[in-house]
Amino acid sequence: MEETKVLTQRIRPDRSPVWIDDYMDLGGYEALKTALADYGPTEVGPLIKEAGLRGRGGAGFPTGVKWSFMPRFEDRPDERPAHVYLVVNADEMEPGTFKDRLIMEGDPHQLIEGMIIASYAIGADTAYVFLRGEYTECRRRLQQAIDEAHEKGFLGENILDSGFSLNLHLHMSAGRYICGEESALLSALEGRRAVPRHKPPFPAASGLFGQPTTVNNVETICNVPHIVKNGAEWYKSLGLNKDGGTKLFGASGHVAKPGLAEFPLGVKLGDVLEHFGGIRNGRKLKGLLPGGGSTPFLTPDHLDTPMDYDGVGAVGSRLGTATMIVFDDQTPIVGVLKNLEHFYAQESCGWCTPCRDGLPWVEKMLVNLEAGKGQPGDIELLDLHVKLLGPGKTFCAHAPGAMGPLEAGLKYYRDELSALIPDDASNLSRTQAANANPL
Amino acid sequence: MATITIDGKEFDVDDTENLLAVALSKGFDLPYFCWHPELHSVGACRQCAVKSYRNDEDDKGMLVMACMTPCSDGGRFEIDDEEAAEMRRQVIEWLMTNHPHDCPVCEEGGECHLQDMTLMAGHTQRRYRGPKRTHKNQDLGPFINHEMNRCIACYRCVRYYRDYADGDDLRALGSHNNVYFGRESDGAFDNEFSGNLVEVCPTGVFTDKTLGAHYNRKWDMQNAPGICNHCSLGCNTSPGSRQGVLKRIQNRYHGEINHYFLCDRGRFGAGFVNRDDRPRQPLVRNADGVLEPREMDVMRDTMEEVFAQANGVVGVGSPRASLEDNFALRHLVGADNFTNGMAPADSAASVAARDAIAANADRLATLREVESCDAVLILGEDVTQTAPRLALSLRQSRRNKHLEHAAANKIPKWHARAVRDIGQYNNSPIFSATTSATRLDDIVMTPQRLRPAAIAELGFAVAHALDNTAPKVEQLDADTQALVDAIAETLKGAKKPLIVAGTSLGDPAILKAAANATKALAAANEATRLFVTLAEANSLGMAMMEERDIDHALTAVEDGSADTLVVMQNCLYERAPKARVDAVIKKAKNVVVLDHSMTRTVGEATHVLPSGSFAESDGTLVNNEGRAQRFFQLFIPDAPMQEGWRWAADLAEVAGNKPEWLGMDDLIKTIVADCPQFAGIEDAAPSQSFRKFGMRFPRSPHRFSGRTAMYANVDVRERRPEVDPDSPLAYSMEGYYGEQQPPSTIAYAWSPGWDSNQAAITRFQDEVGGHLKGGDPGIRLFAAPGAAAEFWAAEVTAVDGWQAVPVYHIFGSESQSARAPAIAERMPKPEYRVNAEAAKALGVTAGDSFELAVNGETHAFPLAIDPSLPDRTIGVPVGMHGVCGLRLPVEVKP
Amino acid sequence: MIELSEAEIEAIHHEMSLYEDPGAATIEALKVVQEHRGWVSDEAMAAAAKVVGVTPTQMEAVATFYNLIFRQPVGRHVIMLCDSISCYLTGYEEVRDHLKSSLGIDFGQTTEDGRFTLLPICCLGDCDKGPSMRVGETYHSHLTPERVDEILAEYE
Ligand SMILES: Cc1cc2nc3c(=O)[nH]c(=O)nc-3n(C[C@H](O)[C@H](O)[C@H](O)COP(=O)(O)O)c2cc1C
Ligand code: SF4
Ligand code: FES
Repeated sequence: MEETKVLTQRIRPDRSPVWIDDYMDLGGYEALKTALADYGPTEVGPLIKEAGLRGRGGAGFPTGVKWSFMPRFEDRPDERPAHVYLVVNADEMEPGTFKDRLIMEGDPHQLIEGMIIASYAIGADTAYVFLRGEYTECRRRLQQAIDEAHEKGFLGENILDSGFSLNLHLHMSAGRYICGEESALLSALEGRRAVPRHKPPFPAASGLFGQPTTVNNVETICNVPHIVKNGAEWYKSLGLNKDGGTKLFGASGHVAKPGLAEFPLGVKLGDVLEHFGGIRNGRKLKGLLPGGGSTPFLTPDHLDTPMDYDGVGAVGSRLGTATMIVFDDQTPIVGVLKNLEHFYAQESCGWCTPCRDGLPWVEKMLVNLEAGKGQPGDIELLDLHVKLLGPGKTFCAHAPGAMGPLEAGLKYYRDELSALIPDDASNLSRTQAANANPL
Repeated sequence: MATITIDGKEFDVDDTENLLAVALSKGFDLPYFCWHPELHSVGACRQCAVKSYRNDEDDKGMLVMACMTPCSDGGRFEIDDEEAAEMRRQVIEWLMTNHPHDCPVCEEGGECHLQDMTLMAGHTQRRYRGPKRTHKNQDLGPFINHEMNRCIACYRCVRYYRDYADGDDLRALGSHNNVYFGRESDGAFDNEFSGNLVEVCPTGVFTDKTLGAHYNRKWDMQNAPGICNHCSLGCNTSPGSRQGVLKRIQNRYHGEINHYFLCDRGRFGAGFVNRDDRPRQPLVRNADGVLEPREMDVMRDTMEEVFAQANGVVGVGSPRASLEDNFALRHLVGADNFTNGMAPADSAASVAARDAIAANADRLATLREVESCDAVLILGEDVTQTAPRLALSLRQSRRNKHLEHAAANKIPKWHARAVRDIGQYNNSPIFSATTSATRLDDIVMTPQRLRPAAIAELGFAVAHALDNTAPKVEQLDADTQALVDAIAETLKGAKKPLIVAGTSLGDPAILKAAANATKALAAANEATRLFVTLAEANSLGMAMMEERDIDHALTAVEDGSADTLVVMQNCLYERAPKARVDAVIKKAKNVVVLDHSMTRTVGEATHVLPSGSFAESDGTLVNNEGRAQRFFQLFIPDAPMQEGWRWAADLAEVAGNKPEWLGMDDLIKTIVADCPQFAGIEDAAPSQSFRKFGMRFPRSPHRFSGRTAMYANVDVRERRPEVDPDSPLAYSMEGYYGEQQPPSTIAYAWSPGWDSNQAAITRFQDEVGGHLKGGDPGIRLFAAPGAAAEFWAAEVTAVDGWQAVPVYHIFGSESQSARAPAIAERMPKPEYRVNAEAAKALGVTAGDSFELAVNGETHAFPLAIDPSLPDRTIGVPVGMHGVCGLRLPVEVKP
Repeated sequence: MIELSEAEIEAIHHEMSLYEDPGAATIEALKVVQEHRGWVSDEAMAAAAKVVGVTPTQMEAVATFYNLIFRQPVGRHVIMLCDSISCYLTGYEEVRDHLKSSLGIDFGQTTEDGRFTLLPICCLGDCDKGPSMRVGETYHSHLTPERVDEILAEYE
């Protein structure tokens, strides 16, 4: 299947960065000029809303709607708080996800241009990129791009004589997956422990330093210049179904040609898999996580699923980051689950009980199962955890995310898991079982 | 208001509250950990799950955390729901995965919120098979023990310590299921309110080290309603004892004063009661100058002789003794020969404080009210050191700005983290002028460091700026005037402004300035409040009883008009210069001291009568808001010791002046008859004969154990509980204990299913965190405003040359707590302080030993540089390590 | 009490200037110190806390939360081996076992010669090329035991 290159149109095969001159030669910063010249500060948001852009950070919330929650101070300038913020979530730590890294390394100005327009649209005066700590190459490239944009007058005071000013800074994270959760991210940016915040209040009401704030994913923001440049209709027409636009898809694990590609939203799962060469070594597909570690498994029965938000939702999973993790028919499911749950247990911030103490327990049960040390009742205990670590029961979406694949695993591969409990396990006394614990 | 349904019952509730608080107020048993009535909701522990239904059609409902759920009108909730119950059970099971299950050896046992919640939530079987993680503990100093393995990570400790008390050295460390609550390294907690962690932590991580040293279970303690006697605020305490040993001090809830929290001086300062060196029987100095014990009846005869031979008797009362003890002494020596026992400067300031209080009786803030004030001016007081609990309340007052921001953004007041996040660094204004830097400066706007006279001037000037009929202060420089205008402007703009002043600088002008500012402000704003602090637990009571200070008593001996001094629970060396006291004691024929501690005066006395401390007496104290409060005897001492007032009555009898009153009730009636200013104190607690359903009120809980065995070494039969002749309390577990008990008689907090102090009290409150059912204890003696007071003249007594000013320390400046071993360990070394300029002028450098005569009393201490002190001003440590008798401020010639 | 170098202080001050609350630079201050010293000692942390204007306990709360702050000495080269799902599927366990045995250390340990510290890390965003690791700031992809030996040989 042919790619539809929008976000990746400038990205070079060797991923060497497109610096500002090349970027402008290829039409870069035109959208910014258009936005500042042709749109009032409150007119960009509706355009994005009209285009139907949905957040690419995993939850798929309509971006234009999110922006519309930002308080406006145009008609009450003296009530304007000290700052209004845009924060770009570049914390990409979802297992199996490597899409933002590509666009930041390959085309850093696309993100910066998007951020300037987005800031203009939400009335922000300061913007931060919250970049995951390991992305040191991204950091160098983004910093150079920011400096270049400054030199050209796209950042700083009175951008292109529009009266609009923006400071843009880079913040390097010091690790921890939970920083990607937008409210935990704000805590981290404030120099605190990255513990999520309860919503409401949403960041638009009380965000960074208590000021109105919007948090968007890198890929989300990179869509913005294209929409401004080509219009909402064009954008909508890119998608195959209800959701407009293209999406970066990735594949890793047991595919023949792992990597990233850009397709219209709504592309069939089977076609995407095929693009990445199908299952390697001639094996068969056993299952896959469609969009990162927290999305429930899909199976060979789902190859016709249209890969957009509603399509994947309809089959009990989520599009997530659309970077799929694929495993073949020789992969024991217990290992996959153990690996995922280890990650989530390890990355819990430690704030709420179910997540902090429930996930390590889940991990231990899976370790036991894998080691042949399972006990009757373990599967039911896993079910119970799926139920009680679900949405609304924990403080944030981290633990429910962890339960996504586990729930699907228990659904699709229940017999395989049950079979791991040794037949004589029920004869073991509790003490023997405890002593036998490999941990 | 909103109407909501809980478990099928309809309630009209406050819609600004969250569901958990409301459910608890309505008497439901709903388990929780991270929520606390003062710390509010953060939704961390997930323990308080209930089912919430969207509307009448909704039959599925969804789980919500009660603490994070607003009580919106029409809400329908089920606590008694299987899915919610399953969640609550499971949360406990999770919490317990790493808990050591060491209840038998845990100091929290029997009053452990975790134990209670485990039972309440119904977790009975452990399914987790993994190993438990373990932690290393930290040495947190003499107050608090640390046992991190018991931690359930509810985050209450840090939310209290950091978010509420503004402490900076306790944090959550680590992450995921390896979170650790501690300091960055071993060491005593820096915050003055660290002891509350003992009660805030729902399990045995932070426990009372002073209790641990001689531990017993909560149910084995005999308690009494106590009043803290380590400053003037009158926080309510619940001391616990067993077999005549004081075990600990716990918070006793008072809705208007301390509510849930005490300061560390109050909590850990009572250890003086257990000291071995206390006089425990009558003593008489023999010919060799040694104090010798005497039997009680022999002592009576001895004292008869003393009074028979006396040529003029003067009495020295005490601002740290009860009204009863003082009044009985006054009766003994005669009203004309009685003095209030305060140093002249303290007495003058206390009298001025009394007048300011009387004139503003309707504007006196309670501690609780302080928390709702949104702009504060503090004149002179280093509150953290002189009235510590006030500092904690002032810290809350500054958060009104956060609440304002929150309200504007529709964030409910109980949404603790969100209120904090949106409030950030925007505080309600607090202005403060003190002689040097204070531990409140972190929340003070441009702290002012001035000499006492300049502080008074600032106060007078603010009053004038607020109301130009208030007397004017001449010649303010432009900067000061600008500051004064800014302060006045801010106070005027506030919804509920507060003026704080006190007696610690010994300067009446400061109190007068505060009174003027309050009056000026009140003319424009009815809500204006005044908060006055005094030095000791009964300073205000003494200023009300007697204006004559100690100088009068000393002079009487000096000029020969008296040769016998009777001292009630006071140390002359604390009140007057050593040389003078030495001379007076030498000259006096007899110095009779009634005291419970081995003071310097006791060491010089001719006759010592061991009078009970607060633990061995009943009595009434008048706190800084004019509230008369009764404390009750904790245990009967196993020694020939009795209350100060009983001694005084006995002495009066042998002196031929037998009092008409017999018991406590009688005495109180006589006080009121003789001193009408105390009318009302009889209602501070029920009389001795008061009974509920024919019953007394227990000092011990029902599970009190070992009663039949405690004295088995003496007698194997069960001892008959002692009968309390002075109060309606029983020295046993028998009696009426419950909601209908007069609040002043509640000795401990306990209710079915709720064993921990801070949770059990809920059942005694009109609503959780509110007032006690039946009213918060105490009678405010100044309830009616005095005659419309005039402005005071703006007169100050300025010192031109070098001036000595007092430097107080929470641990050490108050003489009784300084005798408690735990406090003694935290006492700083005494030092003189000056700024760098002054050090240069004096030709000394930091660390040099520096000799200074203050008030004729000379001490040599190392010199420390304190850049915050004004020029030519020397900070002198008060109370610590025998530096007493220095009553300040005075001019000095270094 | 040690003092930070001028370069460190300057870098921290720069970070402090980027936020409306300078205390927000707490994390960056730790990173600056680590960049200059390899790890963050108690003394260096206390010194950094002073520059930022927070208490050492406050800084410790942050330092111990984030996994990229090292509060113990580390080797000259820190190996971070991705242990997340894509790498797990493509041979992480074999590479892990090989690394551990050839270095003679477990996760969290440093070789006796101070050359390497071995740490597990979650998804490095190199999933299409797993198994993957970082040595210092350099990514190494498509790892096999043989590749690992070659790579380690490149580091002093
Ligand atoms: C545990 C957790 C981790 C997350 N990690 C990321 C992340 O690394 N990057 C990201 O863009 N969004 C992440 N999100 C989603 C964000 O919370 C947020 O929804 C997103 O940044 C919003 O941007 P968008 O609307 O543009 O998608 C995470 C969410 C959760 C609950
Ligand atoms: S130490 Fe106590 S208060 Fe703090 S989190 Fe642990 S259990 Fe809660
Ligand atoms: S899973 Fe290893 S790099 Fe992503």
